[in-house]
Amino acid sequence: MDDKILLAHGSGGKLSHDLIESFLPELSNPMLDKLDDSAVFDLSGRLAFTTDSYTVNPIFFPGGDIGKLAVCGTVNDLSMSGARPLYLSLSFIIEEGLPVADLKKILVSIKNTAAEAGVKIITGDTKVVNRGSADRIFINISGIGVIPEGVDISAANARPGDKIIINGNIGDHGIAVLSQREGLEFKLPVPSDCAPLNGLVSEMLAASKKIRCLRDPTRGGLATTLNDFAEQSSFGIIIEEERIPVHRAVMAACELFGFDPLYIANEGKLAAVVAAEDAEVILAEMKRNKYGKDAVIIGEVVAGHPGQVVMKTTLGASRIVDMPVGELLPRIC
Amino acid sequence: MKFVEEYRDPDLAKKLLERIHKNSRKSIRLMEFCGGHTVAIFRHGIRQLLPDTIKMLSGPGCPVCVTASADLDKAIALADMKDVIVASFGDMVRVPGSYSSLQKAKADGADIRIVYSVQDALAIASENPGKQVVFVGIGFETTAPTVAASVLQAQTEEIVNYSILSLHKICPPVMKAILDLGEVNLSGIICPGHVSAIIGSHPYQFIPDHYGIACAVSGFEPLDILLAVDMLVGQIESGQPRVEIAYRRGVKPEGNTQAVKLMESVFEVSDANWRGIGAIPASGLRLRGEYGKYDAEKRFEIEPGPAIEPKGCICGSILRGVSTPLECRLFRRTCTPESPVGPCMVSSEGTCATYYYYQGS
Repeated sequence: MDDKILLAHGSGGKLSHDLIESFLPELSNPMLDKLDDSAVFDLSGRLAFTTDSYTVNPIFFPGGDIGKLAVCGTVNDLSMSGARPLYLSLSFIIEEGLPVADLKKILVSIKNTAAEAGVKIITGDTKVVNRGSADRIFINISGIGVIPEGVDISAANARPGDKIIINGNIGDHGIAVLSQREGLEFKLPVPSDCAPLNGLVSEMLAASKKIRCLRDPTRGGLATTLNDFAEQSSFGIIIEEERIPVHRAVMAACELFGFDPLYIANEGKLAAVVAAEDAEVILAEMKRNKYGKDAVIIGEVVAGHPGQVVMKTTLGASRIVDMPVGELLPRIC
Repeated sequence: MKFVEEYRDPDLAKKLLERIHKNSRKSIRLMEFCGGHTVAIFRHGIRQLLPDTIKMLSGPGCPVCVTASADLDKAIALADMKDVIVASFGDMVRVPGSYSSLQKAKADGADIRIVYSVQDALAIASENPGKQVVFVGIGFETTAPTVAASVLQAQTEEIVNYSILSLHKICPPVMKAILDLGEVNLSGIICPGHVSAIIGSHPYQFIPDHYGIACAVSGFEPLDILLAVDMLVGQIESGQPRVEIAYRRGVKPEGNTQAVKLMESVFEVSDANWRGIGAIPASGLRLRGEYGKYDAEKRFEIEPGPAIEPKGCICGSILRGVSTPLECRLFRRTCTPESPVGPCMVSSEGTCATYYYYQGS
């Protein structure tokens, strides 16, 4: 096999066939192995269905790569509606010239992450485009999952008095990726937090049915997620700056660049709004999971400040935490 | 990785605030010069914690914000030229010029690269020998030395397709200009942090000497700013204005002499246009004659046409500390971070963007 992906690998001919054959052992399961035009399966109950496309620069970063990111992203989106993720589709758009070794590494990562999350990839597609028409590799993953009986999770469900929980340090992913970006390389002791959270969510749901809202604060960071909760529920949210966990290296990097960690992307975090009476039980359950061991309550839902997020600062003042707009750019001065 | 939480210690902040409340008698107006200061003040809610006697005004210290439309038009005109790559810091790309923005020019096919440092622009030049690479040089004394270093490096490495559109500005003259305008009755100035790391604190001495106004150089953490306010209150209440440093870990009175030397070897002081303030004598930096071949304005014939300022935008009077964004009828209505009318809404350290994000509606 060639050591670089060629346009011919996407032509549907012999090279395409060979490339797909070389994927299969990594992802093998009875449904995928049939290689029919569609995966066919039975499911019953309330279903959750989601899709996301993944682009990241660089494609390999401390703590993960685009493959792991893609599986976790879709698995987490399903989990945030309370669903148990089952099946994924996997679609690559590859820029010609991508080293085959890179593709292999990404595949292994997809396989390992899917195995950890207990999901199967049951259908897929590969396209190769001219150099310059894509940036090395883009991945689209759709996913389907089943929502257990009695689970009703939505950003609109937040009620005054509910507590807000985050499962650990914020900003790790965004800063880890930034630190590897061309022209900015700096050493950081913190890898991306990229992780599948379906296990954590199912343990939380087993501990309490009073989980009102779940969301993974990816792009736009925790600030965006909390604003979604406030806006969609029409209640206010008050958080305490002191309680928001941020690794000091991430904080230092944020200060260098003039960023606020509240707006930095996460890939292994969830923000949960839970009924006050069950908050401690849920928190204790979360702490038993490796992706929840640093979980903390950071604030609560209030009747005042409808649609707004207010933060009590460390100094004892308070301020609005608004939605971010546009891309985060490092400071100039 | 230290130097963050130590400077956010709530107990120390409380002590400083108590001292400020105890000592502040006169009603005073303090200007925080830097956009970075404004962001920190809003982010930590410092305005709410200060006594009613102290009114804080935001100043012109945001390099993107003070870039004149006419200068931005030059960058856009350069980007529209054949075989020219324009390299710019990200914020600059979104600022509307008279007719367009670099962002729009990019969408129309101009080759505009967003860079994080001037070193990236130089690398683009050496990777694209068939093209001309122009770096849009904005910034104060903080950034100018690194741009100077890139010019020297281009010379050493014989990178001939590299030039600078120098829109650099220096801070003490604009402070003088604002004080001479006499529009804002200031008692004290929180002087720039990072700029002072380069030029030191001596260049502000004319402010207490000639204007009787207190000065304190501050960093960007809450304790830095509170300490600076405390120093200013002390100077004002005792009637002894001078220049103090509340940012000792970053700023020496004499500054970074090596960086200044480097900057002065490549650049010379020139007149410059400041958005909202106009032409200020000896407030900009242009390439010295011997580095003329790296000067984009000499290398290319740039004729962008007459500059037009956006209608109704009061960025100018906001930059002078005369108005706040809340007094602008465009603020939050037609001017938002998604579709900014003026530059103060674009830059992450612009006063309008800061009010937008941190003040709420």
